[in-house]
Amino acid sequence: MMWLRKKLDQIKPLFEKDGKFASLHPVFDAFETFLFVPNHTTGPRQEVHVRDAMDLKRMMVTVIIALVPCLLFGMWNVGHQKALATGIAMTGWEKFLFGLEKTLPIIIVSYVVGLGIEFTFASIRKHSVNEGFLVTGMLIPLVVPPTIPLWQVAVATAFAVVLGKEVFGGTGMNVLNVALTARAYLYFAHPSDIAGSGIWVATEKQATVDGYTGETALSVAATTASKLKEAGQAFSAESVVQALNDYMGGMFTFKNMFLGTIPGSIGETSTLMCLIGALILIATGVGSWKIMVSAFGGAYLTALFFNAIASDAYMAMPAHYHLVMGGLAFGIVFMATDPVSAAHTETGKWIYGFLIGVITILIRVLNPAYPEGIMLAILFMNVMAPLIDFYVVEANKKRRLSRATV
Amino acid sequence: MSKTIKLKQGFDIRLKGKASENLVQDISASVYALKPTDFHHITRPKVLVKEGDRVKAGTPIFFDKQNPSVMLAAPVSGEVIEVKRGERRFPLEIKILADKTLEYEQHPTYNLEQISKLSRQEVTDLMTKSGVWANIIERPFGLIAHPEHTPKAIFISGFDTSPLAPDYDLLLRGEEVALQAGIEALRKLTDGKVYLSLSAKKPSKVLEGLQGVEINYFEGKHPAGNVGVHIHHLAPLTKGEYVWTVHPYGVAQIGKLFLKGIYDATTIFALTGPEVASPQYYKTYRGAQLRPFLKDNLTRDEHELRIISGNVLTGEKVNIDGFLGFYHHQVTVIPEGNYYDFMGWILPISKTSTSLSFHKGLGMLSALFPKKEYVLDTNYHGEERPFVQTGIYEKVLPMDIYVEFLLKACLANDLDNMEALGIYEVIEEDIALCEFIDPSKQKMQKTLRDGIETLLNS
Repeated sequence: MMWLRKKLDQIKPLFEKDGKFASLHPVFDAFETFLFVPNHTTGPRQEVHVRDAMDLKRMMVTVIIALVPCLLFGMWNVGHQKALATGIAMTGWEKFLFGLEKTLPIIIVSYVVGLGIEFTFASIRKHSVNEGFLVTGMLIPLVVPPTIPLWQVAVATAFAVVLGKEVFGGTGMNVLNVALTARAYLYFAHPSDIAGSGIWVATEKQATVDGYTGETALSVAATTASKLKEAGQAFSAESVVQALNDYMGGMFTFKNMFLGTIPGSIGETSTLMCLIGALILIATGVGSWKIMVSAFGGAYLTALFFNAIASDAYMAMPAHYHLVMGGLAFGIVFMATDPVSAAHTETGKWIYGFLIGVITILIRVLNPAYPEGIMLAILFMNVMAPLIDFYVVEANKKRRLSRATV
Repeated sequence: MSKTIKLKQGFDIRLKGKASENLVQDISASVYALKPTDFHHITRPKVLVKEGDRVKAGTPIFFDKQNPSVMLAAPVSGEVIEVKRGERRFPLEIKILADKTLEYEQHPTYNLEQISKLSRQEVTDLMTKSGVWANIIERPFGLIAHPEHTPKAIFISGFDTSPLAPDYDLLLRGEEVALQAGIEALRKLTDGKVYLSLSAKKPSKVLEGLQGVEINYFEGKHPAGNVGVHIHHLAPLTKGEYVWTVHPYGVAQIGKLFLKGIYDATTIFALTGPEVASPQYYKTYRGAQLRPFLKDNLTRDEHELRIISGNVLTGEKVNIDGFLGFYHHQVTVIPEGNYYDFMGWILPISKTSTSLSFHKGLGMLSALFPKKEYVLDTNYHGEERPFVQTGIYEKVLPMDIYVEFLLKACLANDLDNMEALGIYEVIEEDIALCEFIDPSKQKMQKTLRDGIETLLNS
């Protein structure tokens, strides 16, 4: 790779101070450091002389690798859902290629728009470009339905990067999870394209099979509960499970929901793939297992609590169903564990994760308008995380003060 | 009551080039230097000698106007050949060309029993004017102890867990009597206890037999040997309190002052690191020029190497004509890392493939080889970024301190929070490992010292 290095060294002066393209230095720097780890060496004193081989780029790429199972499965599932909805027979490859065709443009738009904004801000601020968007750019396509208009992806990404991150000072300073900010923007600005039925499956306007409504498992569960209530019928856990099992001849069985062969956002339907991602994140130490465990625990316990009340059928739905439905697993594994917007203290992470689980189920079960809760729960807890940390740190200060002998 | 404290947090940086037990006595340096920059917060040093002056071993060379009773003394006798100055004439190195046979400043001598009968004032006076006082470091802040402060305890760490650290038994062999005399003198300086902490796995035989100290054992990875960790677990420090810490070498030097009446700067240091042909121990004097020890013992040209007085975490870069630091008993030589690494941030196999990592991220497989010794260079392996990864610093710091929050308080010059979050308990060496493992490549030691300076100047 010497020729490449030589080429870079040749054009480097153009981007240095007083060079022709000095204002584009961060852009050049981003490409250069992407190709080559720079030759920076540690300082002569007041600094360690050796550094760990891990850096932020490697950390972010580890997250992207953890996302790959969800991404690949999601692409296949986009095709699979089309086949189910339209009744057209498709081979596995055809399904995957159809999904690729639908997903790739979203990924490209997300990265081009996001990185474009990052480069612009870095050039204006004379910063180097941070790696944070590498992950965000992959997360955004995975939490939107395959039918999302590309211009909306572009606008949402721009909104999230500018208002969710850059106004706070960039990667490491943001309060909210950037990808979820994009999702929240879409939810509030373009609700008809990101919520409800009919948007989760890219049917390409082809005729659907009889009885197909394109709902997600969550909305099937919620509507079943309200229908039973309206009809004044007796309800039980079985009635919701029955309704889920009956839908489209067994689409929403527990097994299918765990595997992810159900309609939903591109990357978040498969709990199994999320768990594979979780294993990668935990094994590499990049994602916090404490947040994951406590969030799943919080959700499960809250669902059990509602089982005990069981004043409608949805409340009575078996608690473990909640764990495989909707974006819960994806949100917990990839969004809640974002180290910047989560609680920074280890004690705080237990509380933060647990409350995410609790609030998700509260929103799901009690909110009549919108059956999914993980996004708002994480965003709400993002805002609360500094407060949790504040109290954990205050406790530490108190401990320190209490030891004082004078 | 002696205790064994097991520490879970920590990380051992396993470097190649551990010193063999061989002690070389026949190589010696001719030039020695005393460097005011070896001591923290010496802002107004007053140099007492000028070029051409003759000094004895133990002759005061400079003092700090903020702490004027404490003298810093010549390690050897000879002629002052240069007072090298830096910005605003700040003295950087005071170089002495050593005599063949040393002459010493003579002070009164005492035996063990007599030392225990001296008053605190008498002990302090002798120690401050003779030059040995600089061995006593005061916490908070890691400054040379102020003679007017009374420490609540004195701490001696009897082992070193930093990378390629010297074996204290080799450093101190034969100094048992001097060590005991040093302990007797130190006991005069505090109303509290003198704590000696030893490694639970391999306690120093020389130190274990000392009397008049409370011995505790610590078990764990680095920084288990750091005196700051011992203080945190045995007698935590809060605002308004002082503890003093002394390296066992300093204890022996203090002992020799009382027993022989001289400032004996004889020291042993370990020459270590992957780029040293035969890593071993050398006997010399404090502040020795390193060239005689290094010149035939490096594996390649010195310009491709980083010569560090001290260890790779807290040491100082010197060149081959540089000098052994005042507090250092180790010199480490590692390769410089000023190369570009193609796709080095993602490839599992690259130039950096032998790199050691605390983390287990993509391609970082060093955790699978717990005994392998690594050749680490000075490359950053990345670029400086804001704090992103959380909760990792606490995994390598066995103290109840939130490093990230403390450093943010330092960055924000938030004095109240610095105090509340534990700045009194740590100095650079305690958080050096946090700096090593940080994927954001921040300069944590410098941030902490800047915070301490802000606090000192406020």
